Amino acid sequence: MTRVAVVVFPGSNCDRDTLAAASQAGADAYFVWHRDTSLARADSVILPGGFSYGDYLRSGAIARFSPILAAVIAHARAGGPVLGICNGFQILCEAGLLPGGLMRNARLRFLSRPTWVRVEQTDTPFSGLYERGEVLELPIAHGDGRYVVDAPTAAELEATGRVVWRYVRENPNGSTNAIAGVTNAGRNVVGIMPHPERRNAPALGGQDGARVFLSMEARHATQHAVDVRARDDRHLRV
Amino acid sequence: MNAFTVQVRVMPRATLLDPQGEAVERALHALGFGEVAGVRMGKHVVLEVTAATRDAALAQARAMCDRLLANPVTEDYDLVVDAGGAR
Repeated sequence: MTRVAVVVFPGSNCDRDTLAAASQAGADAYFVWHRDTSLARADSVILPGGFSYGDYLRSGAIARFSPILAAVIAHARAGGPVLGICNGFQILCEAGLLPGGLMRNARLRFLSRPTWVRVEQTDTPFSGLYERGEVLELPIAHGDGRYVVDAPTAAELEATGRVVWRYVRENPNGSTNAIAGVTNAGRNVVGIMPHPERRNAPALGGQDGARVFLSMEARHATQHAVDVRARDDRHLRV
Repeated sequence: MNAFTVQVRVMPRATLLDPQGEAVERALHALGFGEVAGVRMGKHVVLEVTAATRDAALAQARAMCDRLLANPVTEDYDLVVDAGGAR
């Protein structure tokens, strides 16, 4: 069972949905307050959606300096899985854990509606159970969702397969290359602008987002199984 | 130590789409101000800083911009220290 820390900031509003989605995927999920300094031995960390600090200055700019972020950054630098959803994605960009930034939607309006994204990469902790090329219906709910990177960085992201999800049928917010989600060079930190936690059960209108959380749990289970086998073959090897 | 007022102007990077500026430009055109050829919207931050010298106040404000007030990926900034900021 994965230990998953869901970080709660003042202004987070998808924290409970995210906790529920992770729990339903089989994880031992718990909240961590932004003033905490420890992730309490988390295997994975999720920064949920919302409007941390009222989006003052820039979305995610103030949350990025919350006390808990030092622990999140250390976890990420050590290769630990980190997922940022919506506002969490914005925070990861502000913290420099992911490239680029998120700016005002190209057509200004706050958008709260379904979008369609294509799965581009499955070798991240949060996309392993999808098929490449699969199109998912996931809702967005953001005013600052236009993902921006300069041209050389965009080319590098494409060349190194770091675009994990891409909007199809339309580009709702004017994101560079219609990017809806990216990963870092180490492929352990992932940001996604749509909300997979809002589509993890038929009662919510679909379950295209469930495998984001199931992938996290499955990856952990696989790694754990490898650890056990190694211990059985060679005693004392931890 | 002296008190200085530092004015910080943060603007979206010139190469990036500025939908707010475009919307305001369209509104100005609709009002008959056809001579407006471009509008860009940014932020104006006023800092009251205590420092030994103007240069020190400027250096402190620059550090604040680099760490928090501006996002180097999407924004540019410039600074002005007001003369006689001390009251």
